[in-house]
Amino acid sequence: MEGSPRRTALRRLRGDRGAIAGLALFAAIVVFVLAAPLWANHVADTGPNATHTTEKVEVDGEPREVVSVEGTPVGPLWLGAGGKFFLGADGRLGRDEMVRLMYGGRTSLFIALTASLIATLSALALALLAGYFRGWVDAVISFLLDVIWGFPVLLLGIALGTALAVGGLDLGPISISAGSVWIPTLIGGFVFASYIARPLRGEVLALREQEFVKAAVAAGASPWRVMLRELLPNLWPTAIVLFTVNVANMMLLEAGLSFLGAGVQAPDASWGTMIAGGFELIFSSPLLMILPSTLIFLTVLSLNLIGDGLGAALNPRSRATIEAHTGRFEPKREAA
Amino acid sequence: MGAFLLKRLGRMLGVLFVISVIVFFIFNVMPNEPAAQIAGKSATPELIAQVEETWGFDDPLPVQYLTVMELTFTGELISYTRQLDVDEEIWKGLPATLSLCAGAAVIWLFFAVLFGYLSAFRAGRPTDRVLMLVSLVSISLPIFLVSALALNYLSYKLELFPSSGYVGLTEDPLDWAYHLVLPWTTMAVLFIGLYARVLRANLLEVMDEDHVRTARAKGLGERQVRVRHVLRNALLPIVTLFGLDFAALIGGAAIITEYIFSLGGIGQLTANSVADLDLPPVMALSMLAAFFVVVFNALVDIAYTWLDPRIKLERSR
Repeated sequence: MEGSPRRTALRRLRGDRGAIAGLALFAAIVVFVLAAPLWANHVADTGPNATHTTEKVEVDGEPREVVSVEGTPVGPLWLGAGGKFFLGADGRLGRDEMVRLMYGGRTSLFIALTASLIATLSALALALLAGYFRGWVDAVISFLLDVIWGFPVLLLGIALGTALAVGGLDLGPISISAGSVWIPTLIGGFVFASYIARPLRGEVLALREQEFVKAAVAAGASPWRVMLRELLPNLWPTAIVLFTVNVANMMLLEAGLSFLGAGVQAPDASWGTMIAGGFELIFSSPLLMILPSTLIFLTVLSLNLIGDGLGAALNPRSRATIEAHTGRFEPKREAA
Repeated sequence: MGAFLLKRLGRMLGVLFVISVIVFFIFNVMPNEPAAQIAGKSATPELIAQVEETWGFDDPLPVQYLTVMELTFTGELISYTRQLDVDEEIWKGLPATLSLCAGAAVIWLFFAVLFGYLSAFRAGRPTDRVLMLVSLVSISLPIFLVSALALNYLSYKLELFPSSGYVGLTEDPLDWAYHLVLPWTTMAVLFIGLYARVLRANLLEVMDEDHVRTARAKGLGERQVRVRHVLRNALLPIVTLFGLDFAALIGGAAIITEYIFSLGGIGQLTANSVADLDLPPVMALSMLAAFFVVVFNALVDIAYTWLDPRIKLERSR
């Protein structure tokens, strides 16, 4: 299979220093959050939601309050207490900041990856249906996509989040209790589906005009066969790039929703809820807001680097990374 | 043009209707006990009964929908949790929000055009690489990191700028700008990167077009070719993008920025209402922000068709 598209793409990706750096950074973050139970059980000796408000911790042989009488949490102790409160405590409740960052990262990454997966799969289905059948099917699907796409992302998330925050979701077969991480996950999947489906639909419409698709239709292939065997394989490159960049955007959306109280619910940690907690102490303990924000930044940066690398490797003329942000199909300009 | 205008406005009305149905569905149909949730966290049974009555929760859905729309558009929506007149609060917050968004937009467009232009005409060289890295960082920055650093260092430690509050433009223009510098910058930083990248990609494509070669061939100066022929054409798609993003600010970045910097605008009203799980304001604001986007989108489309007549032909096909 010398010179197959996949090999060419892999070779290009290996030569892309930005993409390699992004992959390394993302891998480091994944290792960081996966190590959460190890750190919590063997080093910090506490859980993410365990409070230590009135406790003292021994630092280099001297006892120190985890939370002072005025309510200021202890700052980073590094290894002074054998790894306990490595990055200090998280506020009045005196929870271990390091442990919460690691567990919170799991929640944030889980939500971002799952929501983007839901968004991408439903977008693929919608784009294939709209692009293959065209006509009224396309008219209905693209009208609905346009409407949802026109809604500001954060606000649609907030509207759904606040409406579901108290009573949970109860829609026939789907029933999710209030406070579940599935609520922000499903919200994200719904909100971002249009951002992925609209560019993909444009791509399907363009592919539909190409000879090999026309030939398959003329040869009597069933709609499913054309969609799954002819069109879908050609959508993967764009879909993968859109997915990667969407995970990055979903990280930011989760943070925004949780920060405002419409996402992950207390006491569960996510990087967004930790930012909200840190904001209350921004002047006395700025690190509590800076640390989770920095982790989000690094994760989003790594994903954008990977997305850029993939976009360039799979199709050098592709504008998929821009499409992922704008939710619009950006065809190559025809040379006049 | 007339037929296009009518078609576009008709589509706009259709979208507005569907959005109002979606908002109605989210707040009045989907939740388990909508009346209790609209009445607020600490509502008494009497208040819930009153809400059920006013909002007509016993009526069939279409009648309910009409009741809710009437409440919303006659300005009779009330926040039961905080005893606020939603309509009044929105009008009060509008100046701060518009000041924030307009100022941020000027800053982000200026730097995006500068960065995009510089990197496209130096494509592949160090300037381009550095600027594109800066843009990637800008796209990846969470608003929280920028504002935490700005608040802690520029405002608290160095005491250069105030950390919160809004001063009316008519009261004191200098103080108005002074209070908005940090929020403006914070919000602008988030958009500079994306716009610089989009513009760079557009510029690179336009550069290869025949009319640019013709312009050079007929002896136009390099500067004139770059600005008049390349930049001008590359900016057109940015107009649509900008129209949408600007309109979406009210339902997006402005919510968090206003909350962090306590600007007291519509965004902060949204944030506070969410924190209290106070549904009526969130409902009205969702409708308002979405309508704003749709109307803006239609206006941009019409302006765009007027700027570039080729579009109309393409769309009417």
